[in-house]
Amino acid sequence: MDFSLTEEHLMTERMVQNFTQKEILPVIKEYDRKQEPIPFALQRLGELGILGICIPVRYGGQGMDFISLGLACEGLEAADTSLRVAMSVHVGLCALTLLQWGSEEQKQKYLVPLASGQKLGCGVFTEPGMGSDVASMSTSAKRDGDFYILNGEKMWISLASKADYAMVTVRTNPGAARPSNRLSTFIVDLNMPGITRGDIHGKLGVRAGSTGWINFQDARVPVENRIGEEGEGFKITMSAFDHGRYTVASGAAGIVRAALEASVRYAKERTSFGKPIAEHQLIQEKIARMSQDYEIARLLYLRAGWLKNQGVRNTLETSFAKKFATEASFRAADDAIQIHGAYGYSDEYDVERYLRNARGAIIYEGSSEIQTLIQAGYALGERQEKPLRCEMPAYDPDYWQS
Amino acid sequence: MKIVACIKQVPDSAAKVVVENGRVFWGDAPLVINPWDEFAVEAALQLKEKHGGTLTVISVGGENEKEAIKHALAMGADDAILIADPALSGLDTQSIAQVLASAIQKIGGVDVAFFGRQAIDSDSGLTPAQTARLLNWPALTLAAVISVEADTIKVDRAIEEGRQVVSAKMPAVVSLVKDYGEPRYPSFMGIRKAARAEVPVWSLANLGISAPTSVIAWPEITNPPSRNVVCEIITGSSPEEIAATLADKILAEKVL
Ligand SMILES: Cc1cc2nc3c(=O)[nH]c(=O)nc-3n(C[C@H](O)[C@H](O)[C@H](O)COP(=O)(O)OP(=O)(O)OC[C@H]3O[C@@H](n4cnc5c(N)ncnc54)[C@H](O)[C@@H]3O)c2cc1C
Repeated sequence: MDFSLTEEHLMTERMVQNFTQKEILPVIKEYDRKQEPIPFALQRLGELGILGICIPVRYGGQGMDFISLGLACEGLEAADTSLRVAMSVHVGLCALTLLQWGSEEQKQKYLVPLASGQKLGCGVFTEPGMGSDVASMSTSAKRDGDFYILNGEKMWISLASKADYAMVTVRTNPGAARPSNRLSTFIVDLNMPGITRGDIHGKLGVRAGSTGWINFQDARVPVENRIGEEGEGFKITMSAFDHGRYTVASGAAGIVRAALEASVRYAKERTSFGKPIAEHQLIQEKIARMSQDYEIARLLYLRAGWLKNQGVRNTLETSFAKKFATEASFRAADDAIQIHGAYGYSDEYDVERYLRNARGAIIYEGSSEIQTLIQAGYALGERQEKPLRCEMPAYDPDYWQS
Repeated sequence: MKIVACIKQVPDSAAKVVVENGRVFWGDAPLVINPWDEFAVEAALQLKEKHGGTLTVISVGGENEKEAIKHALAMGADDAILIADPALSGLDTQSIAQVLASAIQKIGGVDVAFFGRQAIDSDSGLTPAQTARLLNWPALTLAAVISVEADTIKVDRAIEEGRQVVSAKMPAVVSLVKDYGEPRYPSFMGIRKAARAEVPVWSLANLGISAPTSVIAWPEITNPPSRNVVCEIITGSSPEEIAATLADKILAEKVL
């Protein structure tokens, strides 16, 4: 067993850190306070190739592996969650799902501009009346010749108002016996007629991120935009979540690290009762827990990334990583605020933002309760991996880099 | 054009550098490319992109000190040479300049050699000028803007009093300041290339020179005397009020 990162991984980590230190950290408080996206952030992620980091060069990406994707997400979220959310939906839900399930024509038409950062992607599943129970969604698509007519409303969609393309799952076969066979997934150009969208305001966290709604009213999506077969939408959506959750897990490890680093710095400077608070054992306990949680979160996501590199299905391992890291990140941010005392409660320091940002990830991309059900399902032997028609291929450097 | 950038590997600027028993330690802080040298690499890359040619980076350092070189390769340098030799430790800038000048001569046909204005660890800022002297090339220091026409290189020097435009016939040595503009980040393609690159190591024997002798000795080094800093956070209901309180404090402390 080899736990070491390669030189490529280390340089990727450093590059992302340089970028966030120089360009994001100096302005993030201002935009988070204004509840506005950093205007240049997505463009810079595109220019630097980060939005296509693990997509093969032949499809416009950078050809790096899945560990690099995780390390990039960790580094980005250590600066701000809004950056990692863009990775989760653009890379995780949209581009990687296209890579896994899309036809060659769909990859050429949609994956190439996404991976090269010219276009932005998002993943569109949740509705006002449905989130966890994916199979019960009600947005519909009716076949009409060479088109599907989409009608309905999607909500809580990250980058809804910013993205160009969307991976959208809707109900096509209401009569199918099994609810999971009722859905189909489409790659949709969001600038087409019949689609309106907007932002949701008043969020607890990810305030420099963009979350919104998308409405479909007789939107005519060509048949060739269907990903996979009719009725395969549930499986495709679950694949999308495998990719998205990996980025959420690795990103959350970044919050744990940021909370730990801020706490260590502050605890060494701040004094009470005649010594730095770092010398009080009750403070040390919090710091020790953060450092242990960081280690666990990182090991869990790196293993999931390794499985992705091997081309081995990793729904369970990614679920472990996602649930642990997101819960640990909220706990770490909470402890970091406690260590900072009243200052931690103010937006002069970063730790209150970590807390607000960490909270959402315990809900989205499969809430903690849903992760628990997945894990119990595997443990009890009620859930097994069935082969998919389109498995995610193993990372092959020769293929990815040419 | 044949372009060279001379780069140094230094402890990260965030590292806590301490002196113990006359030796310098920086804990487990990473070694990185000297931040000023990133500007040298950037200028070299832009010149290469504009006029064509190759960029070779040269670094003098220990056998395993390849961080800085790998960073420059990942930014886009074509190749790199590490000059490592047991006889090279603890040398002064004049000796380092001798080594660099020999390497530049051995490469041959070099049009411009770029340097950062100084290294953040020793801060002498002498190596570019000394290397130019040994090569008998003009030294255009503190460059913020660079242009090349035919065999002439023109440089805007950023000096405290303003800008000074100077030009010289190539080959020339140019040292860079931050006003040049932000150095690029490594690209992923560059990262892959750098990770795989086998960096040739040249010894003094390869350069055909004997070990230079330092003319400046280094009998003592100390940390600055530790200062007792008390931090006070000024609060107030408006920026104006905070600024007024701050101004009062500054005057009371006779800082101004
Ligand atoms: C910031 C943010 C960004 C988001 N981005 C996207 C996006 O880009 N694309 C997208 O499609 N969606 C997105 N979402 C939506 C997110 O995926 C859903 O909120 C999530 O799936 C949960 O669905 P819900 O909110 O409808 O909660 P519900 O499904 O209504 O669940 C409510 C509560 O009941 C629990 N619960 C539900 N079922 C069970 C059960 N069987 N057993 C036990 N407990 C259960 C849940 O865990 C939760 O605690 C985003 C949400 C947020 C907050």
